[in-house]
Amino acid sequence: MDAFTTHTGTAAPLRRSNVDTDQIIPAEYLKRITRTGFEDGLFIAWRTNEPDFVLNRPEYADASILVAGPDFGTGSSREHANWALLDGGFRVVISSRFADIFRNNSTKAGLLTVILPQDQVEALWTAIEADPALPVTVDLREKTVSYGDTVVPFEIDDYVRWRLLEGLDDVGLTERHLDDIEAYEANRPAWKPKALPALPA
Amino acid sequence: MPKTLAEKVYDAHVVRSTAGEPDLLYIDLHLVHEVTSPQAFDGLRAAGRTVRRPDLTMATEDHNVPTLDILAPIADPVSRAQVDALRRNAAEFGIRLAPMGDRDQGIVHVIGPQLGLTQPGMTIVCGDSHTSTHGAFGALAFGIGTSEVEHVLATQTLPQYRPKQMAVTVDGELPPGVSAKDVILAVIAQIGTGGGQGYVIEYRGSAIEKLSMEARMTICNMSIEAGAKAGLIAPDRTTFDYLQGKPHAPQGADWDAAVEYWSTLRTDDGAVFDHEVHIDAASLTPFVTWGTNPGQGLPISGSVPDPADFPNEDERRDVEGALAYMGLTPGTPLREVSVDTVFLGSCTNGRIEDLRVAAELLKGRRIDANTRMLVVPGSVAVKAQAEAEGLDKVFVDAGAEWRGAGCSMCLGMNPDQLAPGERSASTSNRNFQGRQGKGGRTHLVSPAVAAATALTGHLAAPADLETAPATRPATPIGA
Ligand code: SF4
Repeated sequence: MDAFTTHTGTAAPLRRSNVDTDQIIPAEYLKRITRTGFEDGLFIAWRTNEPDFVLNRPEYADASILVAGPDFGTGSSREHANWALLDGGFRVVISSRFADIFRNNSTKAGLLTVILPQDQVEALWTAIEADPALPVTVDLREKTVSYGDTVVPFEIDDYVRWRLLEGLDDVGLTERHLDDIEAYEANRPAWKPKALPALPA
Repeated sequence: MPKTLAEKVYDAHVVRSTAGEPDLLYIDLHLVHEVTSPQAFDGLRAAGRTVRRPDLTMATEDHNVPTLDILAPIADPVSRAQVDALRRNAAEFGIRLAPMGDRDQGIVHVIGPQLGLTQPGMTIVCGDSHTSTHGAFGALAFGIGTSEVEHVLATQTLPQYRPKQMAVTVDGELPPGVSAKDVILAVIAQIGTGGGQGYVIEYRGSAIEKLSMEARMTICNMSIEAGAKAGLIAPDRTTFDYLQGKPHAPQGADWDAAVEYWSTLRTDDGAVFDHEVHIDAASLTPFVTWGTNPGQGLPISGSVPDPADFPNEDERRDVEGALAYMGLTPGTPLREVSVDTVFLGSCTNGRIEDLRVAAELLKGRRIDANTRMLVVPGSVAVKAQAEAEGLDKVFVDAGAEWRGAGCSMCLGMNPDQLAPGERSASTSNRNFQGRQGKGGRTHLVSPAVAAATALTGHLAAPADLETAPATRPATPIGA
């Protein structure tokens, strides 16, 4: 995973709430077994059916920060949604509320999710609609979103922030605690079910 | 200190807890399917890692499975490649796989309980958001992403933060014709698709205690549609009776030890929930969704809402967008909405009881001439049971299609899809835009409403059917 420290780019206003992961990338793209190359499926239905869809507009074509309505990333657990956003050039998604699994997947994939209060999201929408070329900086070290003269602080869990800043892989971190895992396993009740061997019905 | 059920299960699985870091939680069972696992296995290979506990891991094929000609090679080469990847990975890493054609194959959330692998007090994960289904047994079960699938494969653990606790209490008697599906749709309409965010929901109260295991699974299944991490129900006699004799359930002295432990898995008196919701079962009616998220639902006696009635501008815009997509006019009574397709199946309502409820209503009747109905059992075992009971004949005689087991039209990764503009009444869990096929329009319903809708050609409740069915359901609907 790439480390995330600070990112400056332009931002696209996605004025929709309840954006589910089926909209971010539909199921037909999930048949692939690769981890990259999902940009062609990103918001494909809206990009195809709605000429005015924000990401179809040339002024937002290079946006790397997505500013969305509340409850972004609901529904399916597909991490392909996070990969598609990254493949589509996004490094940050800002919303007042994210679905849990989407947010968690983001921290594994290296996509930063920033929670801002809805009034701050509205203010940012207004600013980037007035000037789509407005540079927006998301600084994970300082925990701020800044644009023009505005600086907005955000909260993020310290541990998650540390992992993102360092670009650390969770599996490697957990493997440092192998002793604890073995100790736990030694005490598990023997009657807990096992999938192997298969037993007759 | 008094604890909730979810806290007890969580605490029993903490491998390591350190201030300033997430807890490391042990995972008792990892379920795997073809869609969210290939990249995780690739990750293991790239790092030279193995699967730590193949014996606590179980894989099946469900999302891509064709429901016709199930033994023929999959026609779609991309679907086939994904299924082949799972077969290779299972063989290479020593994982048990129930492939197409196997007696244990089926939707991952149907086979866990039916094999007895899902038991009270366990932690269960799967790269699939409807893993919450297994919470019906008093397990802490939740969906994870592919990176986490890799993490569990490699370590049998997951870093986790302690979730917040919510209680949804449903007291009283469900009216006739009202089922578990209606309960959960009403809950989601009440708390919203983000209402459960950050929470584990415990469903409790006299109406929940009276439900069968299958109905409890329907409720826990859709916890994710309320935004919750997981949903669970305290295990009781109903749970133990369901489990006893299942292939992987404990036996003999182990059974006694297990039941003794499981019996402690109840929320203590005085335990505090961060949020509580109360619902009066007697006030519920059959529920259907009109919009494009599962929170956009109403009693079937209602009408399509008017965006103008929503005070908030963003909400108004969302409702307008949903109605435009759904092709619905404000004020239209929901009962007047005609459907093209009825889908009975999925991990929400593809179990034997669901099929029985629908078959009772269809028995001796013909479905509407302009409506097609797909009946897709949740697993090979459900299919076999239904055929043993003669339900397949009831469906076919009524004009419905009887298919093989899989996810099917729940998400249309296989050929079972809606055409653009087609409208379905579906017993699945998501009415998102394009979920059942590009441009398809979905109304979420219970199995009983699905059957009544198939018979009339428009959204309908069982009570709308002109004459009583030939015989009454053997078990009360939703029992
Ligand atoms: S039936 Fe539908 S919701 Fe359930 S696992 Fe399959 S695709 Fe997911």
